Amino acid sequence: MDHFARLGLPAALDLEPASLDRAYFALQRQWHPDRFANRPPDERARASAEAAALNDAYQTLKDPLNRAVYLAELKGVALPGDGKTIDDPDLLMEAMEAREALHEAETVEAVERLAAEVREGMKEQLGGLGGLFLRDDKAAIRKALLRLRYLGKFAEEARARRTNLERSSA
Amino acid sequence: MTLLEIHEPGETPLPHAGEGSLAVGIDLGTTNSVVAIARDGKPAALHDESGRALVPSVVAYPHGGGVLVGDEARLLMEREPTNVVASVKRLMGRGSGDLHAVAGVLPYEVEPGSGETDMVKLRIAGKARSPVEISAEILKALRARAEAALDKAVERAVITVPAYFDDAARTATRDAARVAGLEVLRLVNEPTAAALAYGLDRGSEGLYAVYDLGGGTFDFSLLRLEKGVFQVLATGGDTALGGDDFDRAIAERMLAERKTDGLGDRVDEPAVKTALALARLMKEQVSDRDQSSGRLELAGVPSFHTLGRTEFEAMIEGYVKRTIDIARHVLADADMTAADVQGVVLVGGSTRVPLVRAEVARLIGKPPLTDIDPDEVVALGAALQAEALTSGSDTLLLDVTPLSLGLETMGGIVEKIVPRNTPIPVQLAQDFTTYQDGQAAMAIHVVQGEREMVADCRSLARFELLGIPPMTAGAARIRVTFAVDADGLLTVSAQERTTGMAQRVEVKPSYGLSHEDMADMLYDSLEHAEDDMNARLLTEARVEARRSLLALDAALAKDGTLLSAEERAELDEGRARLERALGSESREEINAAAEALETLSKPFAERRMDRGIREALSGRSVKELEGRVGE
Repeated sequence: MDHFARLGLPAALDLEPASLDRAYFALQRQWHPDRFANRPPDERARASAEAAALNDAYQTLKDPLNRAVYLAELKGVALPGDGKTIDDPDLLMEAMEAREALHEAETVEAVERLAAEVREGMKEQLGGLGGLFLRDDKAAIRKALLRLRYLGKFAEEARARRTNLERSSA
Repeated sequence: MTLLEIHEPGETPLPHAGEGSLAVGIDLGTTNSVVAIARDGKPAALHDESGRALVPSVVAYPHGGGVLVGDEARLLMEREPTNVVASVKRLMGRGSGDLHAVAGVLPYEVEPGSGETDMVKLRIAGKARSPVEISAEILKALRARAEAALDKAVERAVITVPAYFDDAARTATRDAARVAGLEVLRLVNEPTAAALAYGLDRGSEGLYAVYDLGGGTFDFSLLRLEKGVFQVLATGGDTALGGDDFDRAIAERMLAERKTDGLGDRVDEPAVKTALALARLMKEQVSDRDQSSGRLELAGVPSFHTLGRTEFEAMIEGYVKRTIDIARHVLADADMTAADVQGVVLVGGSTRVPLVRAEVARLIGKPPLTDIDPDEVVALGAALQAEALTSGSDTLLLDVTPLSLGLETMGGIVEKIVPRNTPIPVQLAQDFTTYQDGQAAMAIHVVQGEREMVADCRSLARFELLGIPPMTAGAARIRVTFAVDADGLLTVSAQERTTGMAQRVEVKPSYGLSHEDMADMLYDSLEHAEDDMNARLLTEARVEARRSLLALDAALAKDGTLLSAEERAELDEGRARLERALGSESREEINAAAEALETLSKPFAERRMDRGIREALSGRSVKELEGRVGE
């Protein structure tokens, strides 16, 4: 069963966070091991497996980027593993320049500016994904997801740098 | 008439629901413990005859025999110091490898464990006793108190543990309960229990933070409360930071003052204990008013000390700042800002210190919630969960893993399988492959921590997957599965999948984890996130480059004759350049050399492919080939 089906949701890119939470909480109410504290071991084991699968599904679908990657995989778009070399020369150049800028940012404000740019970029790219999925343009979906994945990594790095700067200035 | 019950061997009978036996909530603390019970959603701490809810977590084995727990045990501390144990919680699940971490901190003799568990033992009253045994005495005393107060048998409990308790410490806690005759319904993280106590009381909804500063540990957690669901979003902390550090700072200053005044600098174990006891009183006093004073008498020589509020705050500022740093990181982890937090709950006696309250209020931008006694709030939450588990309730508690769990891969890089703050129970798997042709075994090294390199993380367990059938490098599919149950306990298994020949190895991480080490590692990870990323990328580039060198060498050995002497020389030159680049610390240099070599070897690769196809086709009839197409 795929993650969408497990949570009783349509396999779609757009997903209201509230409806995801609702579905997840309702099913956890049914399957969480705490509900089976007084049941025999085999039932407890089944509940635990079910709750674990729900948690996996929830964690994957909660984040828009992970959700998009997952949905693409369901549609047969294969992405290289995490940490593999970027095979898109334009993206490679963009990534190198952005890293350099982050490295040179010495204030929380400067980092925040870069992070905001990246968030904007992610929003734009995510917004365009819907159309690509509709057209089932696998090559374009792959390219967009690779860029999103890079942007997500960069946002994470920016967050780490920002927290470090905050600490040293606090 | 009595009915006889027959069970399958190894099957435990179901507990008799409810009848006669009650389930309590227990906060098994480092300094104090509390037992509480909830009925109809209303929790209450259980008191002794003199009305005290706190039971000091102190156990004594007096000369005359028997065991004392709590205040009575503490009274014996001065007369029979070697027969009394305090703060045993710090040793739960510690192995002999951690002895260095506790040496000099604890007043009693610690000896390495033996046999399967390897947990340390304490030499108390002439006998080696494990922390599990000693904790069990505290639990037995709490159980007796509950049975006396409720006039009913108590056989089941929810016990709280610090969110940062690792696997070994959780297992040890469960074991201690079993020794005390208590069935553990669930181990609940302390901050989660605290939120439960507040949440149910007020029917609150939204994002709440729990700031828990105890005697020796600090936790900060973010929870979302929604229609009876308690969802832990992120948690973080430091297991070696607490009010004890404040006491130590005050005591050290008093001893230094005596030295300056020429009252002697003899500082032995009893002197430190006496100074710490006075320091604790002064800390409590200076938290209530602007100034505190005390008289310290050591070896018959008295000295007088005063401590102003401002002065005290300057002494502890660094510790408080560190808690706020951790809180900031937890907020960042959950992708939240302080403004999103609707309320912050204070837990632990050390949160009575005004500077702590002020700094928490400054971080979150609103005054903290303090209307439940910070010493009892955890036990009250545990009691509510115990009631929920036995009598049923609409409350649902969704907790997370506090630390990332992963595996060592090539080059000493950590591959995280279960990232921290993943909801539990969880089962996550990842496929790995072999690095060399014909590799028959794979070493599996399970680590815990946030850093990118194995050397900076905590090793939990090692095992080896044997009997991998001979295959070319990269063909095997070894699936490693991490399962964390609702109590936060981990099981790891591995399996080779291509052959269907399943080999399964289950490991339980052994004892031997130092909480201090873990705390340091965590704090380090916050500071080294950038360095780590670079180290990881550099190592990845090296591993990748070595892999292509290996592949090229194999190809040259087999099909080297396809190259002219000139081409061969060029390729060798490119190969040597990459070898040289491997010695450098520059990822760019390595990647550039690797790319150059790839370009150089492209024609060679193409020729090899052509030859491969020719060979495959030669000497076979068309019919034969057609026959193969359908396969």
